[in-house]
Amino acid sequence: MKTSGDMGKNRTGVRMSPKEAKAMEEAAANIHPPPGDESKIAEVRESYHARAIPVGSVPPPGSVKGMAKAAASAVTGKKASVLLDKMGERMAFERTGVRLYEALITKLASAGEVDSIGLTEEALRKIQDDELRHMQIVAEAIEEMGADPTAETPCADVAGVQAKGILQVLTDPRTTLAQGLSAILTAELVDNASWEMLVDLARDFGNDEAANAFEDARRQEEEHVRLVRGWLEALTRQESLGAPAHAPPPA
Amino acid sequence: MALDLTKEKGIPLDQQRFTWPDLVRTPLSKLDDDAFTRVRVILMNGIENESWLFQHQFARCNADLRKELARVRRVEQHQQTLVNWLLPPDQSALETTIAYEQVAVEVTATVAEHEPDPYMKQVYRFGLLEDFDHLYRYSALLDRLEGKDPNVILQSYTDIMPGRPTWVEHRHPDDDIRAHYDRKKAHPLTKIHALLILAAEQQTRNFYATVGNIYADPIARQLYAEISSIEEQHVTQYESLQDPHEPWLEKWLLHEATEVYCYFSCMHQEGNTRIKQIWEQMLAYELGHLNYVMELFKKVEKRDPFEVLPKSLPQPLDFASHRDYVREVLEKEVDLRAQGTQFVPKEKEPQDGPSATYRNYMNSKGSPSETVAAGYRWMPGTELIARAQALRAQELGVH
Repeated sequence: MKTSGDMGKNRTGVRMSPKEAKAMEEAAANIHPPPGDESKIAEVRESYHARAIPVGSVPPPGSVKGMAKAAASAVTGKKASVLLDKMGERMAFERTGVRLYEALITKLASAGEVDSIGLTEEALRKIQDDELRHMQIVAEAIEEMGADPTAETPCADVAGVQAKGILQVLTDPRTTLAQGLSAILTAELVDNASWEMLVDLARDFGNDEAANAFEDARRQEEEHVRLVRGWLEALTRQESLGAPAHAPPPA
Repeated sequence: MALDLTKEKGIPLDQQRFTWPDLVRTPLSKLDDDAFTRVRVILMNGIENESWLFQHQFARCNADLRKELARVRRVEQHQQTLVNWLLPPDQSALETTIAYEQVAVEVTATVAEHEPDPYMKQVYRFGLLEDFDHLYRYSALLDRLEGKDPNVILQSYTDIMPGRPTWVEHRHPDDDIRAHYDRKKAHPLTKIHALLILAAEQQTRNFYATVGNIYADPIARQLYAEISSIEEQHVTQYESLQDPHEPWLEKWLLHEATEVYCYFSCMHQEGNTRIKQIWEQMLAYELGHLNYVMELFKKVEKRDPFEVLPKSLPQPLDFASHRDYVREVLEKEVDLRAQGTQFVPKEKEPQDGPSATYRNYMNSKGSPSETVAAGYRWMPGTELIARAQALRAQELGVH
C-alpha cells in the first residue's frame, strides 16, 4: 500500500540549503518594507465587506402550497427561507458526498482492501448509499414545503466551495488511502454537526416529521464518523509502527 | 555541447502524434523536485503558448500558408498541454504565481547577462527589477492569505525583497515602447532572447488575468489586477523590441528556433530523468518543425534560412540562481524610470509628465501592492513564526 510518511528528497525547508537561506534571511532583515502592518489589508477587506452583496438568495416558493407554508411561518415570526437554505445545503453536501465516496472507493481499489479493520468496498458502498438516501430524504422534505429541490441555495453554494479541497485530495492519484480518509473525515465531522443543527431547526419550525427523518440520518452520520476515524487511526498506526491494523472499537 | 542546426532534422512533422494519456502525465512533485524543474515547465508553457498565438495571427493574415500553419500549430497545442499539465494540483494558484515570478527573475537575469546588445541588456535589467518586486508582493500575499512560506516554492534560490516598487511601475503606455533591434544587424541570440522573454511575460499576464478572479479575498483580487496591468506593460515593452519589418515567415523561423533553443536548454540541465525524456522528445519535435519551416522559407521567401538562423545554437540558458547579479542590478538601477524608449534617473522623470500623471491617478485610492506588503519581511516558516515564538515566550514567562 502507498504510504505518505517515507523519507525522501523533500527540498522545501531552509535546511536543505542553509548557506543560501541565511543569505536570504540576512537580506530580508535589512529591507525597508512599505510602512504599516497587515492591519492595512484588513482595512481593504472591511471596505469591501461594507458594500458586499450576498452570494445569492433562496428562490421564492414555486407553488401555492409553498407560498401558503411560507406565509404560515411568517405569521409565527419565522423565516421558512432559512430552513430551506439549510436543507439545500445538506442536500448539496450529501450529493457531493456520494461523489467523494466514489473517489475514495477508486483509491481503495488501487490500494487494496484492509479486511482486518473492515475497510472494504462493501463498507464504503454502504456509507455511500446512506449519503444517497439522505440526499433523497432532504429532497422530499424540501418538496413537502412546496419548494424546489433542484435550486442551489446560498448555503448550498458555499458548502460547494468548502468541499473543493476535499475533492482535490480524493481525486488526486498521488494521495494515499489514509490521506483520502483524512479528507473524508473533514467532511463527515462537518456533516455530523450540520445534521444536528438541522434537526433542531426543523423542530423549531414545528416540522417534526422532517426532524425525525433528519434524526435518523444524523445517527447514521455519527456512525460514519466513528468508522472513518477508526480506519484512519488504524492505518496511521499501521504505517508508523509497522504493526497490523486493528478494527475500530464497536459503537 | 552544441547543436548543429544544419544537420539536426528531429522527428518529421507527419510522425508527430499523441494519445490523451501522452498529454496527461504524472505531474512533477511540488515537494521533491528541484525548483528549476518547475521553472523550466512554466517557461516552456509560455514558449508554446506564444508559438500557438503567433501562428494563429499569421494564419489570419495569410491565405497561402493556412494548412501548413494549422499542421504545426496542432502539435504546438498538444505540446503546450503536455508541458503545462506537469504542474501538480497540490500547488495553489498563488504558489504557482510565486513560481511564475521566479521564472521572470531567474530567466530574465540569465538573458540580461548573456545578451550581446547593450541596449537590450538594459531593457532586461529594467524589467527584471520590476518582476523581482512582484515576487516580494506575492510572497507577502501567500504568507498573509494562505499562511504559507513562499520559500517552499523558491527553495532558497531567489531573494524575497523589494525591487522597483510596483506602485512606481505604472507608466503611460507611450513610456513602455522600446527601440527595436535591426533584423539585418542583430545577433541571432538577441532575436531569440527578445522572443523568449516576451513569451514568458505574455503567459504571466494571461495567467494573472485568468486566475485573479478565483480569489475571494478583495486584496488578492486587487493585487492580481495591479500586477496583471504591469505584465501587460511588460508585454508591450518586450514585443516592441522585435523588428516590425521582419517578414512573417522570418518571424515563424525565429519562433521555431527559439523553441528549439529553449527545449535544448531544458534538456541540457534537467535532473529529473522522467522529465528530461519529455524535453528530449519535445526538442526532436521542434527540430522537425524548424526543418519544416526552413523548407517553406526556401520555397516562399527564396532565401537561405541561415541568413536568419545561427548554424549552431548558442550557449544554453543558465537555469540557476542569479542572486549576486540581481542584487548588483538592484543596487545600481532600482531608481531608473522609463521615458520614451530610454531610461533615466527618477529625478529626471517630469513630475507632471504622462507617466507620473497616469500613476498618480491609478494609485489615488490606495496601492494594493503597498497594502499587501505593509511591514512585510520574509522569514523562514512565515512571519507568523515570530509572532508564535513571542506569544509562547510571553506565556512561559507569565507562568
